[in-house]
Amino acid sequence: MKYLCLVYLEGQKLRAVPDTECRACGDGFRQSGLLVAAEALQPIDTAATVRVRGGKVSVTDGPFAETKEQLAGFYLIDARDLNDAIQIAAKIPPAREGSVEVRPVRELAP
Amino acid sequence: MVESIAVDATDHITDTVNAVYLAESRRVLATLIRLLGDFDAAEEALHDAFRAALEQWPTEGVPANPRAWLVSAGRFKAIDSMRRRKRFDALDDVGSKADVAVVDDNAWADPESVEDDRLRLIFTCCHPALAPDAQVALTLREVCGLTTEEIAQAFLTPAPTLAQRIVRAKAKIRDARIPYQVPTQTELPARLDAVLRVIYLVFNEGYNASSGTLLTRHDLSGEAIRLGRLLAELLPEPEVLGLLGLMLLHESRRAARTSPTGELILLDDQDRSLWDRTQIAEGTRLVERALSPRPDGERGRGGTAGPYAIQAAIAAVHAEAGDRAATDWNEIVGLYDALLRIDPSPVIELNRAVAVAMRDGPAAGLEIVDRILDRGDLTDYRPAHAARAELNRRLGKVDAARASFERAIALARQEPERRFLQRRLAELIPDP
Repeated sequence: MKYLCLVYLEGQKLRAVPDTECRACGDGFRQSGLLVAAEALQPIDTAATVRVRGGKVSVTDGPFAETKEQLAGFYLIDARDLNDAIQIAAKIPPAREGSVEVRPVRELAP
Repeated sequence: MVESIAVDATDHITDTVNAVYLAESRRVLATLIRLLGDFDAAEEALHDAFRAALEQWPTEGVPANPRAWLVSAGRFKAIDSMRRRKRFDALDDVGSKADVAVVDDNAWADPESVEDDRLRLIFTCCHPALAPDAQVALTLREVCGLTTEEIAQAFLTPAPTLAQRIVRAKAKIRDARIPYQVPTQTELPARLDAVLRVIYLVFNEGYNASSGTLLTRHDLSGEAIRLGRLLAELLPEPEVLGLLGLMLLHESRRAARTSPTGELILLDDQDRSLWDRTQIAEGTRLVERALSPRPDGERGRGGTAGPYAIQAAIAAVHAEAGDRAATDWNEIVGLYDALLRIDPSPVIELNRAVAVAMRDGPAAGLEIVDRILDRGDLTDYRPAHAARAELNRRLGKVDAARASFERAIALARQEPERRFLQRRLAELIPDP
């Protein structure tokens, strides 16, 4: 059984925990065979939201806003840049029904 | 004597550098952003390049190709400062990463890619992943070269707020890795819409200031038209030509739409001899080009005219007419029908209703306006109530007219608009 652990933080506390500590935790999980994938994210204002309606791709700034929508899954993708990521996100089938938030991953400091 | 000649020569060079700055600084910046991969580094390099020009041109003479010289100088200065920073930087890899971007030397002076750089800059500043107000601010700052203070003043926004907006937008371009590129053919229609929306928003902000006491703010409309011209030159898609035509046709009426005391004058009451014929002629030619089938047939929007081209065509029909009576209202209603088919919206329905009133009489128009308002659309839209008031007035329904004028006045955000509506209200002749 796989579980997705989602980390929530207030904007001003995004850097409250040192990167070194997060990195050590990830390494520990990985060595114990517990970890599939883990990444830190850039802040919410770097997000873009992709929707596909009637075959047309629409992109808006910011995170998804519909409070009725709930997190239903995730894809961790490797794209060249944001335009590439948007093209890929538009191919994710639920983009037709809901929305896909595209948020850049932040590399942890070494 | 010799000294004064030297001073003259320096003055002359300063004038030349200033002229080159006005003509070329945005092109140079656009290319430097591509070469350096970073907006802030490119802006710094641009300043360094012009500082070098002021120092070197008086003794070495003005180069044959000032733009290429400036790009080269800016690039050199940027490499230099990155190397210097690297030397002082504890984190060595910051510098080496930057070097990779700088070493990428693919034909930076090629005229075609330099023109593309300006398009790249426009599309990057108007990227839909940026907030709409950030798109506008960034475009005016980077593409038009307006200062932060100028943009803040034009939008009645505090300068620090605006500066912050621009800083955040640049950070997002960097952190989300928004690429510096012209969209592919498949992405182009949607991405071009975003660019056109920004340009039209800037134009309307200048033409129809959304709040405040001044009815028009020249600078923004002028900037929008300049942007439209640049885009039409770089990417002559039908909707680009349509938007430029639309802006020119609106702009042609600027002198006629306000009285010397700043009062609003409706289209019907405008002194048409004040309309700018040169702008009308250019706007009309652009509309014709935008609506004519493209020689390559397949590209563009499947042969159907886009919303900007149709709106421009409506403005052109108004511009052609010597007065209200001579206006071809039937054609205008037909154009609104076409517009509603591709871009259905209650505001366009309202405009169509006003044209129907001109063609078929006020009762026919009022019926449509009432239907829109009954539906609950446009309840807080001032022009809907102003139109309802005018149509009732023409039908002699004074009480209904008064109620609608009062509602419109309550919704008016601009002083000249409010005064205009109050004047119309005062002119109502009460029922006997």
